[in-house]
Amino acid sequence: MIAATASIFRRFFEQMGDFSILAGRTMKGFFQKPWEGKIFLQGLEEIGLRTLPVVSLTAAFGGLVFGLQSYYGFHKYIGMGTEAYGGPIIAIGLVRELIPILVGLMVAGRVGSAMAAEIGTMRITEQIDALFTLGADPVRYLVTPRTAAAFFMLPCLTLFGDLIGVLSAQFYNVVLMGVNGTVYWRNTRMYLDLWDIGSGLIKAAVFGALIAIIGCWQGLDAEGGAEGVGRATTRAVVLASISILIINFFMSKFLPASL
Amino acid sequence: MIRFQDVHKAFGPNRVLTGLDLDIRTGETIVVIGQSGSGKSVLLKILIGILDPDRGKVFVDDIEVTAQDREERQSTARKFGMLFQAAALFDSMNVGENVAFGLRRRADLDEAAVSAIVADSLAKVGLRGIESLMPHELSGGMRKRVGLARAIAYKPEIILYDEPSTGLDPIRADAINDLILVLQKEMGVTSIVITHDMVSANKVADRIAMLYDGRIIAVGTPEEIRHSPDPVVQQFLQGRADGPIKNF
Repeated sequence: MIAATASIFRRFFEQMGDFSILAGRTMKGFFQKPWEGKIFLQGLEEIGLRTLPVVSLTAAFGGLVFGLQSYYGFHKYIGMGTEAYGGPIIAIGLVRELIPILVGLMVAGRVGSAMAAEIGTMRITEQIDALFTLGADPVRYLVTPRTAAAFFMLPCLTLFGDLIGVLSAQFYNVVLMGVNGTVYWRNTRMYLDLWDIGSGLIKAAVFGALIAIIGCWQGLDAEGGAEGVGRATTRAVVLASISILIINFFMSKFLPASL
Repeated sequence: MIRFQDVHKAFGPNRVLTGLDLDIRTGETIVVIGQSGSGKSVLLKILIGILDPDRGKVFVDDIEVTAQDREERQSTARKFGMLFQAAALFDSMNVGENVAFGLRRRADLDEAAVSAIVADSLAKVGLRGIESLMPHELSGGMRKRVGLARAIAYKPEIILYDEPSTGLDPIRADAINDLILVLQKEMGVTSIVITHDMVSANKVADRIAMLYDGRIIAVGTPEEIRHSPDPVVQQFLQGRADGPIKNF
């Protein structure tokens, strides 16, 4: 029992060590030449443009359901006519918490898994070894530009998701439920601070880097053929999703509420 | 001159190399033979810096590469070109980009010069005008030849061949053997060939080394190896299941 527990802890710290070393080498790669501009741009396209539809859909329904619950809560517990005061609560909840998390989870599922699968396949077909022999540091060539792309693109997706989410919630309250649009929007603008949006974007950037490094890490660690690539892909999504939820809590706790 | 000195390597409980010693002379073609899973590919990966030995030293031209840091190892790796077992072509790039990959990183050349060298390297392996094809459009033999063109494009001093004839029919395998001989003659490189194909070994080798139980147990010319009194060597050469070699 003790031996098994010790083994689990040892494995955990080994994994944390591997991840930290990879993260360190990835960051170091930002300051080293040659810069893999082409892979960075491909990453921006893959993470940004191709994820946009799923982010739009998720943010729209996230906003709608937030709008629905807010309307229901105000209507039932505060009183008829107070629903318009839900605007800022919805907006702050969306831009600080829900949209960064939803975007992070969507990108982890779509892009983190693809990174793990692509790099895992490269690992088992010796393409990673070939990179080394041809003068390319695999981490600097594969991980650094993907991480940079995710770091820059997740805040962009989140900002877009914020807009869609807030508008969807407003659509539900104002258009579908007949809440006074002027009061709803005035309240939202009055209480929604720029820092609320900014803190959500900071979270998104951290999630982006995390998703890319975890996806690439699992890919680089893949072994044992197609089955190994499958395992790496699953682990990449699970680890990235759990990490996003845990880190989100601590960032919410320690990022200042306002500037 | 390349020297392996008391090299050990294990993967978990599996001890692959257990004190390997081997000297490789500049300009020769040495073929390392041995069973599948005996550590032949590990030997190459340690030499080029993809893997680190657990113990022991490796020297390339009197420089101890196993004492170098990652950046220095990568710099030493410039001396090497490697043909991988399944060619390891980059799926996302076409043939031309694959062959140009190492060249672009290792030499300050303009695009016209890169294209000319790519075309020349492909011509050397008997493939002209296929730069725009993707790896999945190539046969196994063509993939190996493109892999070889990629390995020689930046004119390395040492070429490593990991199972060059594996997965090919005898005619295509022999064509690869001919290529190894031609490149050896034209470029004067040191070649290390890993194989368990004795036809290939006898055709291309100046010397043959047999790897067994984590060590080199015999080294000599093909003739000397053929007449080796060692029962392990004889069992391997004759391809017999019964004998001193542990099969499983």
